[in-house]
Amino acid sequence: MRPSRLPIWGRPPMLKVDGIQVAYGKVQALFGVTLEVKPGEILCLLGRNGAGKTTVMKSIMGLLPLTGGAIFLNGEVISGIPAHEIPRKRIGYVPQGRRLFPELTVSENIEIGLLPCKSGSDTRDWVLEMFPRLRERLNQQAHTLSGGEQQMLAMARALCLHPQVLLLDEPTEGLQPSMIELIRQVTVNMKNEGLGVLLVEQRVDAVLSVADQVAFIEHGQNLESLSAEELRGDPDKIHRYLGV
Amino acid sequence: MTREQKSLWLHAAVVLVLGALYFVLPEYHAGNLARIMVLAVYAMGYNLLFGYTGLLSLGHAMFFAAGMYGFGLAVNHGGLPAGAAVLIGIAATLVVSVVVGFLALRTRDVAFMIVMLMFAQTGYLIILYFGEFTRGDEGFVVQQAQRGLFGFDLSAQGIRYWAALILFSACLLGIAKGVNSRFGKALVAVRENEERARMLGYDTHRLKFLAVVLSGVLSGAAGAAYGLLFGYIGSTFATVQYSIFPLLWVLLGGAGTTLGPFVGVLFMFYLIDLSSFLTDAYMFIAGIALLLLTMFAPKGIVGQIRASRVPWLP
Repeated sequence: MRPSRLPIWGRPPMLKVDGIQVAYGKVQALFGVTLEVKPGEILCLLGRNGAGKTTVMKSIMGLLPLTGGAIFLNGEVISGIPAHEIPRKRIGYVPQGRRLFPELTVSENIEIGLLPCKSGSDTRDWVLEMFPRLRERLNQQAHTLSGGEQQMLAMARALCLHPQVLLLDEPTEGLQPSMIELIRQVTVNMKNEGLGVLLVEQRVDAVLSVADQVAFIEHGQNLESLSAEELRGDPDKIHRYLGV
Repeated sequence: MTREQKSLWLHAAVVLVLGALYFVLPEYHAGNLARIMVLAVYAMGYNLLFGYTGLLSLGHAMFFAAGMYGFGLAVNHGGLPAGAAVLIGIAATLVVSVVVGFLALRTRDVAFMIVMLMFAQTGYLIILYFGEFTRGDEGFVVQQAQRGLFGFDLSAQGIRYWAALILFSACLLGIAKGVNSRFGKALVAVRENEERARMLGYDTHRLKFLAVVLSGVLSGAAGAAYGLLFGYIGSTFATVQYSIFPLLWVLLGGAGTTLGPFVGVLFMFYLIDLSSFLTDAYMFIAGIALLLLTMFAPKGIVGQIRASRVPWLP
């Protein structure tokens, strides 16, 4: 996948979340969230705890049934199809808290990521090139890795699908600054390879430098989407929406 | 040597040692070992579901008994030759496992365990209900004349040993290969965390269904072989006790290891055999030994060796 030469605002949306409503039993969590992730763009979803950020991610992955609205990938409706078919549409998801297969080795974790899309050794090499540190730890069990290395492995496993869209749920949570920088670098590299990235973060400072677009979400509704540049020029909005 | 090569050599060595033991062991122990190998096939079938896929079943006796009764009834009432009857036994298990798998997998965790137990109890009661054919509690004997396969008399001690060894080796090598395949790796992903596996694009329901069917068919093959080699078909094999045995064997030997089921059966068989020489309260000794093993080797014998000393152990 090569980066598109079109300016960001001229590209067709790759992933479109259109007014989705989601409920956990009788408790409604999303009241119509609309987002667009374009190729070669990082869209950051900002909001307080419990605002519904992770719920949006899980809904895209088909893990929660929608009660309204729809989700499109390249114009095709993907909401309602079985959850295991969503990754095969090449949507990669790195959930919050890493979520590896802790007993398996680094190598086995990657292999399990490769199988569903029948990706081969070239994908494995591509992924390991991105995270050279994992190559040194191939035979180590995943739970013995450091937090940062586990995050790398979780991202590596998601990239094994050769995703068009990558969903990252708080990838820098609990990591040391050098590791945060590395994860950020990889995220930007992904964007430059033409992937659409939907990034959930709580730390505004971690976001502003990498995001192209920022969407605020509160009480299960999105309030406003604006370009990161605009937000950098108007920090008041951050105070208003996040109270920080 | 790669991990796969090491594991291949290890399995080949185990098969060769078992072959050589026949010439060394006294008749009594060779007879025991034949029985242990057949039961180990049952345990391997169980391990596929429990050790590799992470599904705990308390109803596997129904698969073992389906194979055994499928074989026994086909010989005794259908008058079929042994080879065809074994195939009938396996086919019967296939049908049972497809139906039970389809229904039971609508539940998960503890509910799955209980549903399997209930199905197995139903199977046991069906055997008793049709006592006219199955001879109920008493069971029935398959005559020596009916136990010939390819011109060999499988009731003879030596032939029985080799037949058990062939079945055991085929299953061991097949499973060793299978768990290293894409399918085997996918099962492990389901065991480790089903939701994560789904997020990576695995159809976990289909995988679990296939695991139930494969595990059931292996258990049924062991049941049919047991009937063929030892000539007795009894409802005891359909009781809950025979659903708990494979769980114990696999836990003791090491769940999710290729050799664990065999080691577990061997250990438990001789634990009971030897302790019953010493005292009538042999279950007391067996109980203490099991307790100690659970305390000091929670991953089972092979699992513990793998965790502490030999990380490449398959």
